Amino acid sequence: MSATAGATVDERLAPTSLARRLLARPELGAVVGAVAVFVFFSFAADSFLRASSLSTVLYSASTIGIMAVPVALLMIGGEFDLSAGVMVTTSALVSSMFSYQMTANVWVGVLVSLVVTLAIGFFNGFMLTRTKLPSFIITLGTFLMLTGLNLGFTKLISGSVSTKSIADMEGFSSARALFASEWNIGSVTLKVTILWWFALVAVATWILLRTRAGNWIFAVGGGADAARATGVPVVKTRIGLYMGVALCAWISGQHILFSFDVVQSGEGVGNEFLYIIAAVIGGCLMTGGYGSAIGSAVGAFIFGMTSNGIVYAQWNPDWFKFFLGAMLLLATLLNAWVRKRAEAK
Amino acid sequence: MGVVLAAVLGASLAGCSSTGGKRAEERAKAAEAGRPAVSTPRWTFAMVTHAGDGDTFWDIVQKGAKEAAAKDNIKFVYAHDDQAQQQAQFVQNAIDQKVDGIIVSLAKPDALKDVVAKAVKAGIPVVTVNSGSAQSAEYGALTHIGQDEEIAGEAVGTELAKRGKKKAVCVLHEQGNVGHEQRCAGAKKTFGESGGVMENLYVEGTNMPSVQSSLQAKLQADPSVDAIVTLGAPFAATAVKAKDAAGSKAEVDTFDLNESVARDLKSGALGFAVDQQPYLQGYEAVDLLWLNLYNANVLGGGRPVLTGPAIVTGAQAAELEKYIKRGSR
Repeated sequence: MSATAGATVDERLAPTSLARRLLARPELGAVVGAVAVFVFFSFAADSFLRASSLSTVLYSASTIGIMAVPVALLMIGGEFDLSAGVMVTTSALVSSMFSYQMTANVWVGVLVSLVVTLAIGFFNGFMLTRTKLPSFIITLGTFLMLTGLNLGFTKLISGSVSTKSIADMEGFSSARALFASEWNIGSVTLKVTILWWFALVAVATWILLRTRAGNWIFAVGGGADAARATGVPVVKTRIGLYMGVALCAWISGQHILFSFDVVQSGEGVGNEFLYIIAAVIGGCLMTGGYGSAIGSAVGAFIFGMTSNGIVYAQWNPDWFKFFLGAMLLLATLLNAWVRKRAEAK
Repeated sequence: MGVVLAAVLGASLAGCSSTGGKRAEERAKAAEAGRPAVSTPRWTFAMVTHAGDGDTFWDIVQKGAKEAAAKDNIKFVYAHDDQAQQQAQFVQNAIDQKVDGIIVSLAKPDALKDVVAKAVKAGIPVVTVNSGSAQSAEYGALTHIGQDEEIAGEAVGTELAKRGKKKAVCVLHEQGNVGHEQRCAGAKKTFGESGGVMENLYVEGTNMPSVQSSLQAKLQADPSVDAIVTLGAPFAATAVKAKDAAGSKAEVDTFDLNESVARDLKSGALGFAVDQQPYLQGYEAVDLLWLNLYNANVLGGGRPVLTGPAIVTGAQAAELEKYIKRGSR
């Protein structure tokens, strides 16, 4: 205390300004992109700024965001998962069909589905660490197998390609309350998925920044061999990450089941890319070792704003996909540009 | 893992639902027998469609075809692929197997032109179903059985106008599907003639939450919309949810039927449904091929035989529900 401040303080311990610390965050670029997209649609679409519209955007973002969180963690760990989209559908199909065929309380199906989905996640992680094949091959295989199983099993068991309604079964209303309830505040409808999403982002951020497991994830993604040499349990970390994706796929799947009460077996294909896009816009590097959970949430929010904003703006629907692609590309470019500027400082 | 599974199975025995489920279905189900009604030779018919994986509609077509095949003592084989090239390959396979009749859907007519001509040249009678009414006769098929998409759309436009609607949204769940565009165009035409305005809205058909939020966004952006038309039964229930969430008073109408559509028609949550009777498309195709081989009959006189559109409202839905439940409507 008596020593003269400044001269003797190690520069690594020197307090950094809030601005400096913000600039170093991976999601900064995405936040700037999100603000840009938000301002753009505020002007382009009259109804965009209404509270009811924003709640629609939030819902849309939450359905992507719930999955973008574990996918971002997985990407920080240096892998990705192509089976994440259909796994959501698998999870919904398992609960619905198990409950229906066994005439069991809906909650039983929900629990069976949790076990099955986690097993799929474990399978992905286990195969990856055992065979040392790239995650592209392993999860592409899982993706194709699940797509076939979804269709084959549904048709075999239900005799048609969609499940039967379980809305009149016991336990449905309490399960719906957990996974698909909503609150009306004036003209605004808030869905429970938004809470799930925020909670998952908070938990994932805590894991990444405050726990040993978080350090392991960054270490594995930064360089698996170096991590192993310093005693990081690489295999356990990777399997855990894939099971995290499975857990969130289960949450999303239950949401779809309990808000629409029947599930189409062909759904979910292609959604895995949306999750990856959200994570990448949010600052996750495709090469691993860098990124954040909050970033994935901002990425999902950009996606929700763009896909709904185009409708609010009432643009010619023939160009929908083009606008979507262009907006996403611009947001990502802006993100990269801001990050470069931040790193240059 | 084993412990968890055992716990779950134990819970499933204890946690039975006394309502709904498989048991309720079995209680309600009456046994249906399928014995051949004729003693003609056991011919083989092949059906090759452009259905994608897991399409409810084509399930019903197949059911119709299978039941007609059982009755007509026909061995029925089915193949499908949404890629035209693969579909043509399947037709070629059927020709190679020297089947006695081919049923094919011409969603992408140009890609199938050659292979249909080959079948005709090989002396195999061909019936086209569902799509391709314009090309069927030209390619040498005996008959076309299906709904004219444009006419079906026109029926929707007329019905909307009759119900006093002013502004409608046509919800397309597959961008680039010609049949979908024709339906919306037909509806737009007749609706426009009586002063209504109809807009198209493209949604991501493989992602239900996204379908809902897009529709919600549309309704919030334009509160003057008083009718929503979805092009497939599974999307009708989602449209109702989106409408409620957006606080809109719009009427939801749809193409095609399923259990939840029947229920919503009865309760008044849906206005009307357009049925193109897919069961009939499969059933008639097999039956006509059989009639042709047995009795040299041809139906339609070179013109398509239309299976729709049939407008179904709440009153008929109650009556149709049991057929919808067993998957034949």
